[in-house]
Amino acid sequence: MSTETQIASEAEAPGERRINMIEAINEALDVMLTRDDNVVVMGEDIGYFGGVFRCTAGLQAKHGKTRVFDTPINECGIIGAAVGMGAYGLRPVPEIQFADYIYPGLDQLISEAARLRYRSASEYIAPMTVRSPFGGGIFGGQTHSQSPESLFTHVAGLKTVIPATPYDAKGLLISCIEDNDPVVFFEPKRIYNGPFTGFYDKPVEPWKKHPDAIVPEGYYKIPLGKARHVSEGEALTVLAYGTMVHVAEAVCREKGVDAEILDLRTLVPLDIEAIEASVEKTGRCLIVHEATRTSGFGAELSALVTERCFYHLEAPVERVTGFDTPYPHSLEWAYFPGPVRIGEAIDKILKD
Amino acid sequence: MADRADTPNTRDGAGGDNRPALALHVPEPRSRPGDPVNFSDFTISEAGVQPRPDESAKPEDMKDLAFDLVRVLGDDNKAHGPWDPKLDPETLRTMLGHMAMVRAFDERMFRGQRQGKTSFYMKCTGEEATSVAASMALASDDMVFPSYRQQGILIARGYPLIEMINQIYSNKGDKLKGRQLPIMYSSREHSFFSISGNLATQTPQAVGWAMASAIKGDSRIAATWVGEGSTAEGDFHSACTFATVYNAPVILNVINNQWAISSFSGFAGGERTTFAARALGYGLAGLRVDGNDALACYAAQQWAANRARANHGPTLIEYFTYRAEGHSTSDDPSGYRSAQEREEWPLGDPVMRLKNHLIAIGEWDEDRQVAMDKACAEEVKATTKEAEKNGILGHGLHHPFRTMFEDVFEDLPWHLKEQAEQATHERITKFGSERPDA
Repeated sequence: MSTETQIASEAEAPGERRINMIEAINEALDVMLTRDDNVVVMGEDIGYFGGVFRCTAGLQAKHGKTRVFDTPINECGIIGAAVGMGAYGLRPVPEIQFADYIYPGLDQLISEAARLRYRSASEYIAPMTVRSPFGGGIFGGQTHSQSPESLFTHVAGLKTVIPATPYDAKGLLISCIEDNDPVVFFEPKRIYNGPFTGFYDKPVEPWKKHPDAIVPEGYYKIPLGKARHVSEGEALTVLAYGTMVHVAEAVCREKGVDAEILDLRTLVPLDIEAIEASVEKTGRCLIVHEATRTSGFGAELSALVTERCFYHLEAPVERVTGFDTPYPHSLEWAYFPGPVRIGEAIDKILKD
Repeated sequence: MADRADTPNTRDGAGGDNRPALALHVPEPRSRPGDPVNFSDFTISEAGVQPRPDESAKPEDMKDLAFDLVRVLGDDNKAHGPWDPKLDPETLRTMLGHMAMVRAFDERMFRGQRQGKTSFYMKCTGEEATSVAASMALASDDMVFPSYRQQGILIARGYPLIEMINQIYSNKGDKLKGRQLPIMYSSREHSFFSISGNLATQTPQAVGWAMASAIKGDSRIAATWVGEGSTAEGDFHSACTFATVYNAPVILNVINNQWAISSFSGFAGGERTTFAARALGYGLAGLRVDGNDALACYAAQQWAANRARANHGPTLIEYFTYRAEGHSTSDDPSGYRSAQEREEWPLGDPVMRLKNHLIAIGEWDEDRQVAMDKACAEEVKATTKEAEKNGILGHGLHHPFRTMFEDVFEDLPWHLKEQAEQATHERITKFGSERPDA
């Protein structure tokens, strides 16, 4: 699908339907609530009100209060209850309102949900999808901007999924809900409404103009563990996910670099084959993420590429990341790994 | 600029101003090793005098029961008052039999650990009624989310002893593939949730299970057990909040056995109020029960089960009991509490009290008790021998090596496949290719 959509035009063709990422997520939830009686959606403000980002708008009215409901402001309770619901046989889809708020629920995710299958030798499983908006760029300050994905990729038994387009958001979320393992599904909130390019001083494009906003109605799945080729190229490989896919793409376009951009989509399980094939072809690798640098997922990617593709590399692997500070409110764009930081890293890789 | 000397210095502590110096209270238990024990300040109400409200009662209309102690068995060994569950003698003998079996099992497994057959064991001596009698008041398919000292539930539900021992030995017969610390059982067939080992995490999970049962219009309820020390965990308060918000069909059993390893109940707030009183702030029904009185334990659990099953809501029950032994085989209570406490515990021993009740009503005698205890010990001994054929911890008869990588996920992703290959390679390097899977 993604390769087909790359060639689609900016204008909506007849019969095409372009929606934003919020609508795509809402549709995925609606589809799964309709298909499977065991799916329940819960979280703070997600019921009658429809969620602070509107991802669950209309779902309670359509599916009823016992399938789509508000919860106390208690992330430990939300995820703990979801573990019990999973043990009963439901497929809970809890929302944590911001990824920054997930920490009170970490023990239930790390020690309980992620290990239940293992410790009970598959007698009990925790088939839950924890949805949570993450990432910065919305002036959310240090408690509404974080990208904590590497806390979860480090945990045995958890899957971590991050979509970058409306088409992927819907198909990946459906796969996550059907998956029998616990999944953390981080939604890059900066691109809920449009594919933000990192040029914050330029007008934001809406999803309506983007071919990956063409989203079929009804049910479809995108398999977990498969990366998406955003562009084919020869000069270097760019590994990114979430918002940074679009930023990297815009920078490469602006600089006229023949980059092969991989949107990883799933961090665990990772599409190592796609990464190896691309780096072996280009010989150069840039990793981009918004999260803080030290022990970020980029460190894992860098190690994997170095271990597995060393003799194909023509330059050291480069990481472009957020800085190792809390996300600053007024200096948000100084923190954000934007076009300048990415551009210089590309120059450095290509020079070697 | 104000003159700094004119500003009262609130950081100066005692003497900095004329306000009294603050003092930090650090709780201290009533007795330490070697101290005499005095329980004279314990108010233990008479058996049979506590009212039994209707199961639909509002929590605020039964407040006193969160501070009193529901008791049925009196000093005369007879059952008294409205909480008497009026169980037939056969059921009482079954209950006594399960409790005797738990005690025999604990004795044998404790010794097994001392003999090096496993790494760890936890007895529940003195607390048998809180799991055996309480769980007998539930339906066999009601879901239980236990803590680590509720082996009585499995025995009451007929879980085979050999499965328990295989798990304790982490041997090749262990259904949990040797992954869990001994006594962290799991049995879906017996509606017994996998024991975590982390404290109080099971409590919001029990509420979630109960919510699911209610969402589905099922008739099964959930019950969870947690120690009084662990009620200090945030998870317990999450559980209480979710339970009350959704009126979940769940029972929150708090086993107040006075000790959390070496920390007495005061470190969970027990000096200020009862654990049952936690219920009131949440709007949950709260009952405080003599945990060494098997009939009271049964009656309270039955009351709460009826309440939950009729959609009248959740109940928090505090079972007031005493941990007669150490926390685990890794613990030595003589290092922090007086040995006399156990001897003089004013609520007696739950097995003896139930036995004496059966004798008092003419349905049991000492000879039968001796014979039963002997039969329990022999059954445990024989089953232990049987289980040892599957191996004991550290003696090679564990699950095949490759199983280490199973069940992390439903399917094996590439990185675990690679690591499994590495592990097999290490195995062959160490032992040769004949037993790569040993």
